[in-house]
Amino acid sequence: MKFKNLFPFLSYLKSNNENILVVDSKHLLFSINFLKLHLGSQYNLLTCISGVDFLNNLYRFSVVYELISMVYNSRLRVKVYLQETDYIKSIVNVFVNANWWEREIWDLYGIYFQNHPDLRRILTDYGFEGYPLRKDFPTSGYVELSYDESKKRVILKPVSLSQEYRVFSFETSW
Amino acid sequence: MLLKKKNLLKELKHFTINFGPQHPAAHGVLRLILELDGEVVLRADPHIGLLHRGTEKLIESKTYLQALPYFDRLDYVSMMAQEHTYSLAVEKLLALKIPRRAQVIRVIFLEITRLLNHLLAVGCHAMDVGAMTPFLWAFEEREKLMEFYERVSGARMHAAYIRPGGVSQDLPLGFLDDLYIFCSQFSLRLDEIEEMLTHNIIWKERLVDIGVVSAKKALDWGFSGVMLRGSGFPWDLRKVTPYEIYGEIDFNIPVGSSGDCYDRYLIRVEEMRQSLNIINQTLKLCVEGPIKTTNYKITSSPRIEMKNSMEAVISHFKYYSEGTVLPYGETYMFTEAPKGEFGVYLISNNSEKPYRCKIKAPGFGHLQALNTMSQGHMIADVVTIIGTQDIVFGEVDR
Repeated sequence: MKFKNLFPFLSYLKSNNENILVVDSKHLLFSINFLKLHLGSQYNLLTCISGVDFLNNLYRFSVVYELISMVYNSRLRVKVYLQETDYIKSIVNVFVNANWWEREIWDLYGIYFQNHPDLRRILTDYGFEGYPLRKDFPTSGYVELSYDESKKRVILKPVSLSQEYRVFSFETSW
Repeated sequence: MLLKKKNLLKELKHFTINFGPQHPAAHGVLRLILELDGEVVLRADPHIGLLHRGTEKLIESKTYLQALPYFDRLDYVSMMAQEHTYSLAVEKLLALKIPRRAQVIRVIFLEITRLLNHLLAVGCHAMDVGAMTPFLWAFEEREKLMEFYERVSGARMHAAYIRPGGVSQDLPLGFLDDLYIFCSQFSLRLDEIEEMLTHNIIWKERLVDIGVVSAKKALDWGFSGVMLRGSGFPWDLRKVTPYEIYGEIDFNIPVGSSGDCYDRYLIRVEEMRQSLNIINQTLKLCVEGPIKTTNYKITSSPRIEMKNSMEAVISHFKYYSEGTVLPYGETYMFTEAPKGEFGVYLISNNSEKPYRCKIKAPGFGHLQALNTMSQGHMIADVVTIIGTQDIVFGEVDR
């Protein structure tokens, strides 16, 4: 790739005909800004940011940025790998619409975005605890809501399943 | 004396009100915290997540086939467009090509879905702004379109019709004839709706120069679909990265010039006409042939074969119990859903369940721009802007 000497990235690969760029989290802000502004790339539309949890890896999380260059009709995926306790720099100053996407990742994965202007939870309930999309968070959750007749309000209580939670992941016998 | 004067100075206090979550004009469960100066909006802070069902988490514990119906339930007015994106993502990871008839059927239903969505978008937008009649007319047409859904899948809305490997069933007899009859009358219905709205002075006063999005702003906020085209970008994924048989079809992309709500309304109506045009062209392209791949690891084996072939019974059982195993890989598949770019970021790990399935919903991206779009407008215009963004909470909250 011709950008090899222009900015620091760890690796470039093409899978399923899609361009993937892996960037060190230190250089993320610079790289995104570079890709946005450089005349040879002009990736000036941020489509979405997604988080991924690879539970047993040293670099547990990855944050994935999908960029579009309308001029060249091309798409680029920028990936950052993070350890469990790492934080990442927010790119809100480069792309304003990163705001909610980063909030979503903070909400669901607990990855902290430094310099984010408004890092509140977004999708989960007010007062929710835990990071539900992490692989070690159970699908059924920890608490459930119900209406308490005596207190006349909705209360939280530990989840109790009337039927055992069934996981159909047996070894295939074929 | 000085002290007294200080007391006389009137203190202006901004008004903070809570809009929603149960408000008919909030298109579902949107809670807005509006900071008002009189009737002018200073800040709008949307609180979303009231319809959060954890779709992405649930999909991680389902097989690839079981995950499909969740996509109907995201944006529940453009169901098949989302099934289709997911199916494309799975097919890409399997490096699978589907038969031509399946592609044609998909395109027919994608455009029916676009009509369904835009009818609701324009109809409900009109109702939010105060025009009741177009809404009723639009819903009558929607009912006819949902009948097409029903005839082909048995369900009016949550069809689960477009599946990895093709479509689930072939078209019933006489389907295309009826679709042709529908198409020949639909543009008249569209004319009627336009007659009520396009030159209506009240409609124009409510929409023109409301929620203006400049081209730069549209890019900055990562808009897609009608929101982006309204600001002057001829960017339609059916044209720029054609999928299925869109490359062979001749259609135009309507583009706005001023980027206000009225432009976006005109674009939606014109897109409906273009969809009709596309359906009419695909009716001619509809060829005979299989409607799904014959690889029975990816689709179910047909019932007729199961009557006299043990292999077919085995693969049928394995397909519905164990599921399809996808090799290691990842892909971000995107299509032009009626609301904008709908994307699925799918990571597979050589098992029958997706490792990660991120859903990029266009509404999520659009709603976060509500603050900038409504700043300086009256509180009644917030409703117009929510309407023009075509927000559906199934996809925003996921």
